[in-house]
Amino acid sequence: MIELVSHDRCITCQACVSACPENVFDKREHAPPVIARPDDCQTCFLCELYCPVDALYVSPLADAHETVDEQQLIESGLLGSFARAMGWKRAIPGGTENDLTYRMFEDGRVST
Amino acid sequence: MTDVTRRTEQDIALVADVLVLGGGPSGAWAALTAAENGAKVVLAEKGFVGTGGATAAGNTTMIHAGPHSDAREAAIKRRLSIAHGLADRASIERIIDQSFDCLNKLADWGYHYPVNDAGASYRGSLRGPDYLRFMRKKLRKAGVTILDQSPALELLASDGAISGAAGINRLTQQRWSVRSAAVVISTGGCAFLSKALGTNGLTGDGLLLSAEAGAELSGMEFTGQYGLAPAFSSITKGIMYFWATFTDEDGNVLERKGDRQSVVAQNLLKGPVYAVIDQADARLQEGMRRGQPNMFLAFDRKGIDPFTQRFPVTLRYEGTVRGVGGLVIDRSGATNVPGLFAAGDAASRENFVGAVSGGGGPNATWAIASGVWAGQGAGAFAGRIGRLHDHRPAGGLGGAGLKPSEKPNASVDAHTFIEAAQQEILPLDRNFFRTGPGLQASLGRLDTAWRSARAHLSADGLPASEIVRARETAAMLANARWIVASAMARRESRGINRRLDFPNTDPMQQRRLLSGGIDRVWVRPNVIERAIAS
Ligand SMILES: Cc1cc2nc3c(=O)[nH]c(=O)nc-3n(C[C@H](O)[C@H](O)[C@H](O)COP(=O)(O)OP(=O)(O)OC[C@H]3O[C@@H](n4cnc5c(N)ncnc54)[C@H](O)[C@@H]3O)c2cc1C
Ligand code: SF4
Ligand code: SF4
Repeated sequence: MIELVSHDRCITCQACVSACPENVFDKREHAPPVIARPDDCQTCFLCELYCPVDALYVSPLADAHETVDEQQLIESGLLGSFARAMGWKRAIPGGTENDLTYRMFEDGRVST
Repeated sequence: MTDVTRRTEQDIALVADVLVLGGGPSGAWAALTAAENGAKVVLAEKGFVGTGGATAAGNTTMIHAGPHSDAREAAIKRRLSIAHGLADRASIERIIDQSFDCLNKLADWGYHYPVNDAGASYRGSLRGPDYLRFMRKKLRKAGVTILDQSPALELLASDGAISGAAGINRLTQQRWSVRSAAVVISTGGCAFLSKALGTNGLTGDGLLLSAEAGAELSGMEFTGQYGLAPAFSSITKGIMYFWATFTDEDGNVLERKGDRQSVVAQNLLKGPVYAVIDQADARLQEGMRRGQPNMFLAFDRKGIDPFTQRFPVTLRYEGTVRGVGGLVIDRSGATNVPGLFAAGDAASRENFVGAVSGGGGPNATWAIASGVWAGQGAGAFAGRIGRLHDHRPAGGLGGAGLKPSEKPNASVDAHTFIEAAQQEILPLDRNFFRTGPGLQASLGRLDTAWRSARAHLSADGLPASEIVRARETAAMLANARWIVASAMARRESRGINRRLDFPNTDPMQQRRLLSGGIDRVWVRPNVIERAIAS
């Protein structure tokens, strides 16, 4: 579930407030949004893609909250790792041309 | 019925030819098609068009097979061979062909597909966040009015026909209403807040709204559908487990004969189950990583190497999201209620997938095809009745969770009812493996909960998020009752209706079960009608 809005990084664009499908954030004037309804988070990671400055971190734990350390997330390369793996940059989509999903259909175990 | 034509200034009141509810792939294709055919279209989405729904979070593999190709014939034969006699060839062909056209159109419009090793553009997979963001842009260009963060709460009706819908904006707290000649229900399936990936906004609202208008459902018993995930996570991405070895607590390898999920389900009832993806070579591992980055979020962020280390797995409920049941529609996406159309997971997919899950290709393919047809059908319907609807008085049809039948009672709490519905639907020993007595008892408890919610549940005067939650609660209770009542009526095992008391498939029951009803739930058999959606 969502655990971090980095106040260091956030440019208060409020994009995550509009884009979160579960209405987890509340917007604030000229300030980083607040995680107002943390338990409504569905752990979909999509807010990370919509943040232009990699200020958000979604923990993979779907049923529990955990405290995270921002510095450690930066050092381990996890802050913004989803957007980088996808090829989205500054909240602009990209990278579908590098999708190698077709390899999963090569050995015949899976068919549509 | 309340008169919704009187509005305060802060509220949003719009008029359209076609109103689409739900902006996943099926709603996006419906809205786009109707707009391209000249209709004025409003699309209202509970979350955000681009991130809402199962496709946005999950990514989807597709059936992409051209006319006369071997791949098309193979896909049709495969579907027919596993559908348990409830699908038909003509429907399957029509769906695959429609979706094939649309997947190619995406390329023409500028969606970047990957190129495979043979140098061909690979169109058998779409990345959810990219696909829906792309559709959002397309909708904007086509002149569709998008209302984000705007869940629909009820349908409006005039003279026995649907004439719009009303809802609320979760960010601004504004009420909205759209008067329209036709409404498309593309609100997706119902997963009962199980936290399966991307499904928490999918609470079966569209089915409740439609049933309140008298719409019929089908296939609600084919809902014993769960997704495999690392136990701590939301990532119900089943495809990687085709290369997995499953073990129990002591490391004994679990036999994988037959249905993989049933083996895992049986063992989860006894204790923890683990998986390791140890049968994927380096090339495939790279394919998984660079094809489906979301599969690795759970592992990378927990420091697990899924290819060498075993990790605990669980099954999260997906219900009608990757299951089968939903609204009965005809070839044009029309329900039995005038002016009401449906598409995607909100509609029954029995003609395509029969009694089994449509995950892994069919469902996303169906979302496109049925979306296009509903868009065409709704647009044509609007064209026939013209702009008359602007002046029709409209009444809201919403009941449970919105307008209680008796005095609202503040001590009646939505969360208690949500738990009541979840307790009957989520447990593997109630809904993956079903029994007659178990279902009977479930239905009794659900009916009691329904009566109490119907009489007293209300969030009037509370913030929008609570108003929406109350209505979602009613929707989940309603969906639970249709599921359980349909499963009771199918006294056999067929596909994902697994009855422990009737382990065999009975040729005499090779027909659909229709269902519906609000205060009194009904189920009735139907002979297979080739006419339905074929
Ligand atoms: C993890 C996962 C992986 C999957 N992978 C595949 C795959 O590989 N291949 C495949 O074929 N299928 C797959 N599926 C199934 C596929 O995602 C769905 O069939 C598809 O998303 C259905 O599209 P839809 O538009 O009908 O519904 P959705 O995409 O779920 O969209 C429904 C939309 O309606 C909105 N909504 C709900 N209620 C309201 C309301 N009251 N008012 C307004 N809006 C509302 C929701 O917010 C949502 O945005 C997968 C599903 C999951 C969960
Ligand atoms: S992970 Fe999904 S639900 Fe949670 S805050 Fe981010 S966008 Fe919202
Ligand atoms: S999207 Fe990122 S930068 Fe914008 S408000 Fe949210 S956290 Fe801040």
